[in-house]
Amino acid sequence: MHRLVSLITGSLFGTGLYLSQMTDTFKVQGWLNIFGDWDPTLTFVMGGAIIPMFFAWKVVKHQNKTVLGKNIELSSRKNIESSLIIGSILFGLGWGLAGLCPGPAIASLSFGGVNGFIFLLSMLVGIWLVSKLESHKYLEI
Amino acid sequence: MALEWIYGLIGGLLIGTAGALYLLLFGKVMGASGILSNFLTETGKKQFLSNTTIFLFGLFFAPLILSKVDFISTSISPQTNLTKNVLVIILAGLAVGVGTKMAGGCTSGHGVCGISRLSFRSILATIIFVLAGILTVSILKHWLEII
Repeated sequence: MHRLVSLITGSLFGTGLYLSQMTDTFKVQGWLNIFGDWDPTLTFVMGGAIIPMFFAWKVVKHQNKTVLGKNIELSSRKNIESSLIIGSILFGLGWGLAGLCPGPAIASLSFGGVNGFIFLLSMLVGIWLVSKLESHKYLEI
Repeated sequence: MALEWIYGLIGGLLIGTAGALYLLLFGKVMGASGILSNFLTETGKKQFLSNTTIFLFGLFFAPLILSKVDFISTSISPQTNLTKNVLVIILAGLAVGVGTKMAGGCTSGHGVCGISRLSFRSILATIIFVLAGILTVSILKHWLEII
């Protein structure tokens, strides 16, 4: 059952990213290009995605366990760490530079050629690097 | 071409439905960077066909199947238009990897799931990465004129 849910949610996510063309870096960079020929598509994608999620949060709010009996594990962090800010700046720079974020990077892998794989590998190296540094407490900002 | 925003909206609703199901059934936030990070920690632990792996499999295969479909008279097509400059790709990939891991989320985790929860951290993170993205694209397009 869990595997089926994983497959369905992953496939839905991929279908959504493909139909909305968020797998096309020009669409993403076009949305970020507010001082030029602005492409509004991503606004509709975000807006559309937030609607079902908003209701899901309403439902989950009063629950401790899900229908599948899983504990509801959600962040209760409220404080703003410098890593949240620095990380978001770095992510935004990379996102603008290539026009890809983690979801679309995987969704576009089958037609993105070698460069798509290079992007994914670099991204995984970045994630791995931070988790190594964090676990050794080198990174305490 | 004029109806591009409708595909954006439909795509967005599907992404949101996926996130909603993920939250309602797994009790977790559906964030692509977090799931990738889990995938890395799982490797070597013999987690064959784990939920994480299967989710990523679906995320990879659904667009692969759709890329074989001809969406006549729409602009939907399998192209990434990713830059051919390998150095830029590596730099961007590293920045996205390091950044999302440090910030604990990306466009799906902070952007979609966090905003709809009205989480202040996520809203702040989203504003910051969108502004950084706008700045980067503006410099590349209007100042350096390289994209």
